[in-house]
Amino acid sequence: MPPALPAHVPLHAYLVLAAVLFAIGLFGVVTRRNIIGILLGIELMLNSVNINLVAFARFSGDVAGLVFAVFTISITVAEVALGLALVILIFRVRRTAVADHLDLLRG
Amino acid sequence: MTDPGILALVALLLPAVSFLILALGYPLRRSGRAAGIVSILCAAGALGAALRAWSLETPEGMTRIAYEWIPQEAGSLATVGVLADADSTLMLVLVALVSLLVQVYSLGYLDTESRPSLGRYYTYQSLFAFSMMGLVLAPGFLQLFIFWELVGLCSYLLIGYWYQRPEAARAAVKAFWITRAGDVGFVIGIVLLWYRAGTFDFLDLYDLVRAGQLPVAGLGVVTFCLYLGAMGKSAQFPLHVWLPDAMEGPTPVSALIHAATMVTAGVYLLRRTIWLFALTPDVLHLIAWIGAFTALLAAVLACVQSDIKRVLAYSTVSQLGYMMTAMGAGFAAAGFLHLLTHGIFKALLFLGAGAVIHAVGSNDIYHMGGLRRAMPQTVIVFLVGTLSLAGIPLFAGFHSKEEILGSVWSGGLLGPFWMLVAAAFLTAFYMFRVVFIAFWGERRGGHGAHGVDHHLHAVPPAMTIPLWILAVISVGIGIFFLRHHAEPEFTAPAWLTPLAVGVAVAGILLAWLTYQARVISADLLARVFAPIRRAALARFWLDDLFAGLYRHALLAFSRLIGWTDRYVVDGIVNVLSAWTLTWGDRLRRIQSGLPQDYVYGVAVGLLLLLIWVQWPR
Repeated sequence: MPPALPAHVPLHAYLVLAAVLFAIGLFGVVTRRNIIGILLGIELMLNSVNINLVAFARFSGDVAGLVFAVFTISITVAEVALGLALVILIFRVRRTAVADHLDLLRG
Repeated sequence: MTDPGILALVALLLPAVSFLILALGYPLRRSGRAAGIVSILCAAGALGAALRAWSLETPEGMTRIAYEWIPQEAGSLATVGVLADADSTLMLVLVALVSLLVQVYSLGYLDTESRPSLGRYYTYQSLFAFSMMGLVLAPGFLQLFIFWELVGLCSYLLIGYWYQRPEAARAAVKAFWITRAGDVGFVIGIVLLWYRAGTFDFLDLYDLVRAGQLPVAGLGVVTFCLYLGAMGKSAQFPLHVWLPDAMEGPTPVSALIHAATMVTAGVYLLRRTIWLFALTPDVLHLIAWIGAFTALLAAVLACVQSDIKRVLAYSTVSQLGYMMTAMGAGFAAAGFLHLLTHGIFKALLFLGAGAVIHAVGSNDIYHMGGLRRAMPQTVIVFLVGTLSLAGIPLFAGFHSKEEILGSVWSGGLLGPFWMLVAAAFLTAFYMFRVVFIAFWGERRGGHGAHGVDHHLHAVPPAMTIPLWILAVISVGIGIFFLRHHAEPEFTAPAWLTPLAVGVAVAGILLAWLTYQARVISADLLARVFAPIRRAALARFWLDDLFAGLYRHALLAFSRLIGWTDRYVVDGIVNVLSAWTLTWGDRLRRIQSGLPQDYVYGVAVGLLLLLIWVQWPR
């Protein structure tokens, strides 16, 4: 059994936290010029989702949400590993890690 | 085999077999004379079958073999097959006979052609024989039209046989286009008729007409459209201009296609469907007037030609006018009889002229002269043909021509009657003009302009035998009609025979006085008739009129259409494509290539969607 939570913290507090975290992550993804910064932003967005999952699992007493969270964490690890590998490759090829310089698909 | 239908089918299919063998058998076709032999054998077989079918056919009898072609829910929309009756089998005999004789004759006439070229010639000849027979035996309008176009194609191919010569190629195209102009009317007429009657079949239509179930109101348009087709094919004014030019083809072709068979298809069509035309007397009157006018006009034109083939060509136009006038007077049998006799003696005349051309090496009658000593056989047969054409008793044309005059008189068409009488006078005159200039008189040099030696080419038996056969038939028909007077459908006045013969003799006399006895000077005649002569030499400016119409009306119209297409139609398309390009160029700028922009777009879009979903309504 998970430890009991303080009774005065309601569900929407967790949700607001997650939403704020998601917004911060999105802001980072959209505005950071460094690719690694973008990756970090993505991490934040994923973790806000995790908070949501855990909070709902806790308040509805369903374990499925926790299981999903575990999956998300492990997949995030893989994603970060892959993302960093890509960043390194891009840096080797293009000699830059600035997102604005990577506009090969410009119309 | 005692079924005329089967025999007619055999006659029809033999030339088709010959055509397929020659068209597909490349080595055989390239071998020249062997190809000719194949074609001639098939034509001979066809003649045999046609003769047998004709002899089995009784005046009232009729055999119909029809295969369903386009099925529809009730019955069939169109059938193909043969309709053998007294008329069609008789016409079949004429086609097969002239076809065979012309093909034999061509072996001699075209002896200087290269082998592949000769093979090509006989391939076309076989196709023509098949097409013409299919036309003759057609049981309905649709099949008739298909074969009608096929003979037109053969005519084009054979006029343009010497396609290396620009005049021949031009004449072929001209013939094709002008007859096609008439055929547009023809096909419209066929479709209109089908729309009204629901059938293409002659027998069904005949039953409808007999039962009075075909509405007469507005039928005149239909029959006039059908007549337009006949007008183009049978060279009636003003669509006759192609026929004289068609003489650019080899002379045997002129004899077969442009004298005896194909050009009579229009007359034959009227003979086949005269019960339909009888419902519209106005159109018949028009046919009679145009026919008589054509007869007279062409006779005048023939008087000033110096090319022997052109004289004969205008004479053919003139005689077709005669036939059409008889049709218009409502006496189809008289016109059909003249079609048959004319087919024989005009083929004879053309083949005779061909023998002369072959010997002399020129078409110009002023390059001939005095030939009666050099080629007595040809002169005799040519004279037989000329007397037939002039309508002298004992010869083929006499009876049929008189019957036409009688039918037109009793039809109450006085204007056309006197025009035809005048044309008969001119016919005798221009034919004997040719005879006296070319065969009597002094020898005027051999090979035309480039005549060095005065030696005449010998005429081979392949050419003389068909000539003699046709001459004997011409005289035979003449004598037959003297003894067996077929019961005419009308009563001709007693003075008709003396008038017809008198006019012909007067024409011959005038020609004799002018060109043989030289009592009347030809220059004097030319001066007296100077305006007509000048007009006739210019072909009454009809060719110029057509050329002018083509150049100034059709081409101007085409230019207008071309301008519209280039600047209006193309303009709309070009403007649209330019707009697309501009806007594409502008819109592509939103594709920055930066993933962050896209993420931003997705996020904003999602936000807007969420707001929209949650918006209180």
